[in-house]
Amino acid sequence: MTDHNPEIERPEERVPKRVIGTPPAATERAVLGEDKPAAPAVVAGVKPQDPRTVRKGERLAALCFTITFLAGIGFIASYVIFQVGDLDGTAASNLALGGTLTLALLGLALGMVVWARMVLPKYSVVQERHVMASDREVRSDVAEKFAQGVEESGFVKRKLLRRTLLAAVAPLGLAPVVLLRDLGPLPETKLRHTVWGEKTKDGKPLRLVVEGTGQPIRAADFNTPGGLLSVVPEGYEHDLTVLAKATVILVNLRPEEIKSGTNKNWTYNGIVAYSKICTHVGCPAALYEQNTHNILCPCHQSTFDATDGAKVIFGPAARPLPQLPIDVDAEGYLIATGDFPVPVGPSFWERGDAEAEYRQKGGQV
Amino acid sequence: MTRITARRRHPLARYAVLLLALALLGVGYAAFSPKSQSADAAIASGKVDDVKAGEELFKSHCLSCHGPEARGTADGPTLVGVGAAAVDFQMSSGRMPATTVGAQVPRKPLPAWVTQKKIDQIAAYVQSLGGGPTVPSKDQVDPAKGDPAKGGELFRANCISCHNWAGAGGALTQGKYAPNLNSSSPAQIYEAMITGPQAMPVFNDSTITPQQKRDMIAYIVSVREQTDPGGFGLGRIGPVTEGLVAWIVGIGGLVLAAIWITAKRRQAND
Repeated sequence: MTDHNPEIERPEERVPKRVIGTPPAATERAVLGEDKPAAPAVVAGVKPQDPRTVRKGERLAALCFTITFLAGIGFIASYVIFQVGDLDGTAASNLALGGTLTLALLGLALGMVVWARMVLPKYSVVQERHVMASDREVRSDVAEKFAQGVEESGFVKRKLLRRTLLAAVAPLGLAPVVLLRDLGPLPETKLRHTVWGEKTKDGKPLRLVVEGTGQPIRAADFNTPGGLLSVVPEGYEHDLTVLAKATVILVNLRPEEIKSGTNKNWTYNGIVAYSKICTHVGCPAALYEQNTHNILCPCHQSTFDATDGAKVIFGPAARPLPQLPIDVDAEGYLIATGDFPVPVGPSFWERGDAEAEYRQKGGQV
Repeated sequence: MTRITARRRHPLARYAVLLLALALLGVGYAAFSPKSQSADAAIASGKVDDVKAGEELFKSHCLSCHGPEARGTADGPTLVGVGAAAVDFQMSSGRMPATTVGAQVPRKPLPAWVTQKKIDQIAAYVQSLGGGPTVPSKDQVDPAKGDPAKGGELFRANCISCHNWAGAGGALTQGKYAPNLNSSSPAQIYEAMITGPQAMPVFNDSTITPQQKRDMIAYIVSVREQTDPGGFGLGRIGPVTEGLVAWIVGIGGLVLAAIWITAKRRQAND
């Protein structure tokens, strides 16, 4: 602690600092230039700028600094003038504060660059590279001090300290590994099914309800060809975890337009229900064109044919949107008669198992 | 001229041209992007005695595509059963009479002869052919009477996939597109929902009730009247424009500035 270099602190020899704005000492040269320009010193390789360029640059830089000065005052003025409180006031205040500050900083930067480019003399400087390593003396000094520190700390000698210290940091090192547990648990078979296969408390099939209002839909009301509706399962209107898989679009087609790819037993009077989750990467595919019957996914332009079992007709999706089996109950409301036959949404590792299971039961995929 | 010629060869000239082009593009986009309009187009209801006058107008302006008695031809669909609402929507938005056949008939300024009275007359005639949805009353489409919060839920569930959450519209397949809703009047929004013009699906009154439609209109109108707190909405189409502006204008500007700061001056007598 006491062996630091005594040559560092020599206050009596310090040159007193000159504060900018105070008159210079009589013997000193002025820092900010003198009225009479001294004849430019001729240094080999240094090329002074053309005096016209220097004058031009000086004026230009001064103009930039004046703009900064005015914009800075403008910033303070805008802060006082534009009061925030309502949305319009905030918008005006943002614009004024941001605009003036941009102008101020821009003027400052432009002025400095103009100064450097047009006023300063031009010359090339060659900067030599030096060896990166410290010299032998310094290295041996450091090695010696390190060894001394190790010796004095007793890290080698005092076993108790060393072992408790290592024990102390070990759990901290392990902690990030333990946190990886949050990547799990595995979804098991949860991705294969949606709530559409469930029943209500009274044991009835789930009704299809309008997304946003939660009202059930009479098949007789959803009767206009070209109609589209985003629907969710009854009882789960606001359960986003469930809706992430179970959201469905209802499309009303003329019965004669429905092609063989659609399972007609699962339609009702031209009403067909498809999963709203794109089979590519799971975006909501609900851009339905009633004149072409295309269902388009906005993320990657996968296009499905609503009349033909939502067959892929364009884009990166590999599989049709799963069709939901629907029917009506005794009161005429649309219900789901079962779950989607195959998992909805994008591919996952064990998806093939789910399809194989469905095929064993005699289903077509 | 000589000054321009000399400057044209300046090492920074190409960057200046690039910057100028970008600035022009930005200003042009801002100038021509759709702005909110006063949405209260006066919609008068059709009258029965307009049928005769409407038939004459139909014969002179619509028959060539939609055929005699609006039974349709290869160039235009039948209008039997589309209702007065479809006529009012298509004509008041300038889509009909169509001028060119493309992927989709665009909104355009009304031809000089198209007045609300003539639209009503043609609408009355088409209504007389086979019924269909009628023009909504002023009360049915009054945004002030709707609940924007409830309408927003329905709008987000059924409309935003095509029309964007702020009604800015978006692309569909094969050149078709969902139009921007900012220039649509409340009546036109209602009519579009019940008639399903062009590619748009139908949202009939029995599944989405008139009250709910008014809520949705209230939502659309309230969203488009909102101020953009940042000063400029960039078309309100989300991260795509914001990213483009940040990358092209922002980073492009920084790159140009870096080039300018570090550019080595050419010295003639070197």
